[in-house]
Amino acid sequence: MDITINILLTIATAATPLLIAAIGELVVERSGVLNLGVEGMMIMGAVGGFGASYLTGSPWIGLLAAIAMGAVFSLLFAVMTLSLATNQVATGLSLTLLGLGLSGMMGTSFVGQPGERLPNLDIPGLTSIPVVGRLLFGQDPIFYISIALTAAVMWFLFKTRTGLTLRSIGDSHTSAHALGIQVIRYRYLAVIFGGACAGLAGGHLSLVYTPQWVENMTAGRGWIALALVVFASWRPWRVLAGAYIFGAVWIGQLHAQAFGIPVPSQFLSSLPYLATVVVLVLISRNKRLTMMNTPASLGQPFVPDR
Amino acid sequence: MKKLLIALMTTTAAVSLAASAEAADKLKACWVYTGPIGDFGYSYQHDQGRLEVEKALGDKVETAYLENVSEGPDADRAFERLAREGCKIIFGTSFGFMDPEVKVAKKFPKVMFEHATGYKTGDNLGIYNARFYEGRYVLGQIAAKESKAGVAGYIVSFPIPEVVMGINSFMLGAQSINPNFKAKIVWVNSWFDPGKEADAAKALFDQGADIVVQHTDSTAALQVAEERKLHGFGQSSDMIKFAPNAQLTSLTDEWGPYYISRVQAALDGTWKPDNVWLGIKDGAVKLAPFTNMPDDVKAMAEATEKKIAGGWNPFTGPVAKQDGTPWLKDGEVADDGTLLGMNFYVKGVDDKLPQ
Repeated sequence: MDITINILLTIATAATPLLIAAIGELVVERSGVLNLGVEGMMIMGAVGGFGASYLTGSPWIGLLAAIAMGAVFSLLFAVMTLSLATNQVATGLSLTLLGLGLSGMMGTSFVGQPGERLPNLDIPGLTSIPVVGRLLFGQDPIFYISIALTAAVMWFLFKTRTGLTLRSIGDSHTSAHALGIQVIRYRYLAVIFGGACAGLAGGHLSLVYTPQWVENMTAGRGWIALALVVFASWRPWRVLAGAYIFGAVWIGQLHAQAFGIPVPSQFLSSLPYLATVVVLVLISRNKRLTMMNTPASLGQPFVPDR
Repeated sequence: MKKLLIALMTTTAAVSLAASAEAADKLKACWVYTGPIGDFGYSYQHDQGRLEVEKALGDKVETAYLENVSEGPDADRAFERLAREGCKIIFGTSFGFMDPEVKVAKKFPKVMFEHATGYKTGDNLGIYNARFYEGRYVLGQIAAKESKAGVAGYIVSFPIPEVVMGINSFMLGAQSINPNFKAKIVWVNSWFDPGKEADAAKALFDQGADIVVQHTDSTAALQVAEERKLHGFGQSSDMIKFAPNAQLTSLTDEWGPYYISRVQAALDGTWKPDNVWLGIKDGAVKLAPFTNMPDDVKAMAEATEKKIAGGWNPFTGPVAKQDGTPWLKDGEVADDGTLLGMNFYVKGVDDKLPQ
């Protein structure tokens, strides 16, 4: 029983940063902007979070710094693509490159310094309930944020007027503009929200997952988050499912190896990617619905003509 | 994506090299790393060696490096760029740089090349390596003494001879103490992914291992051991700060003295391609202070370390292969060639070697 709970907890830890970064990017893409800089914003969040926690001694301040760092860094992308109408793909890629390099430079003095882990939730009486106690009431705070965030984004996008406006901008920015909606302002806010989420995801890595700073510690998780958004056809609950399927297979294959299952490890290592793609393609196989969910003006620069 | 990265990095390196091209009488020594120098592991240790060269040889040399260069064909460009920009001696520090380095070395016969952990040489390409397996034998003995479960978790990167050799040596050390000792092996197929290394450590502990050994580069696995109040070994650098109660010792690399001697030889004009394999006795492989263990285990570890420094090889027979067929006869010592191309397990390893 104990091992099952441990496995579930490990899965949640592995899935959380993917989920947060992907949810943020989902909102950005729903507004019609393609930001390929997730990896860069994430690593900036990781270094900012670790740095603030290291310097102040409080991982909670680190958490806030990670969010702020991601948001500020994404502002660079917003100014370039939204105000200066640069190519989003190229700008996003350079944001990733810049983030990887800049974070390495900023983090030089943090290398080799152990960090403090953000404490797990501990509610007297509840956390100690057998079996469900640790799962429901004993995880790290960012796990709860990630679940709340997913629910909030679902509600925002599909149940509020502002959410509807945001989606309409993603579908046709010219029509939205003609209706008097401030396209650029909405997109700015969406991009900054996405940056804050990516920063938080990075903070999860350097404050919870592996409390330390090392260069490149995101190790491609930003790209996985990006892929999740597309394969989940821009639906928040599917992003949640995708992140957890990925996490489950990711942890499962490590257990399979430790258990001694005679399957080539290279195949097992690729399994999380395969499984996630297959499952998400299956649940998104309704072509009409997928078309409907795809933001039609995704990646196109918008320059208001007057 | 990776290509873009390389292109960008080689360009920045070119700029920094060009800026200092006026000091023509200086010897330019260059390094290529596969990881970031901030990994606090393998690449970090190589870079410490580079810094020692700068310190020891002062203004007679200038150094440059490229980090995060991915293994394989992409590395061609990194080496070629360094050679074109006037590096006189170039160290490639990862196994996967072998073929790119062989190729580029042929194109630049006047540049001196050195490659770590590989086996291909050339007229201007020498190889060097450290006998990490010597240290791993000691780790195996400590693990067998300290593990209550009799099971270690072993996190490994890629099935190359270097890694296989390490697993075998570790197992021989462990079996010399406890013949029934088991190691659970997890391949993470990456040299550097802290998150995945931590996940692997958690999986191994959940399945009953109580000591973790790694042949990957980050401190993540040890941090998990610390959290679970279990034990583990560090890798490449002393990681005691990350796991003050969990680290038993750490298998560290000291490249500085070797790099200084080679760059000095290049300065003197006496450099020749060589094939050196340095071990505990040369000070290239070091074990961090033995901690968190009783005195008798510590004494045993120190005795073994001394024995190896005295010239004893952990791969001394009788040793059988995994399937039970004899490999080394009683007293027979494995030759370096076999070790460097090792692609089989010794008896008692509970894993199927990925081919």
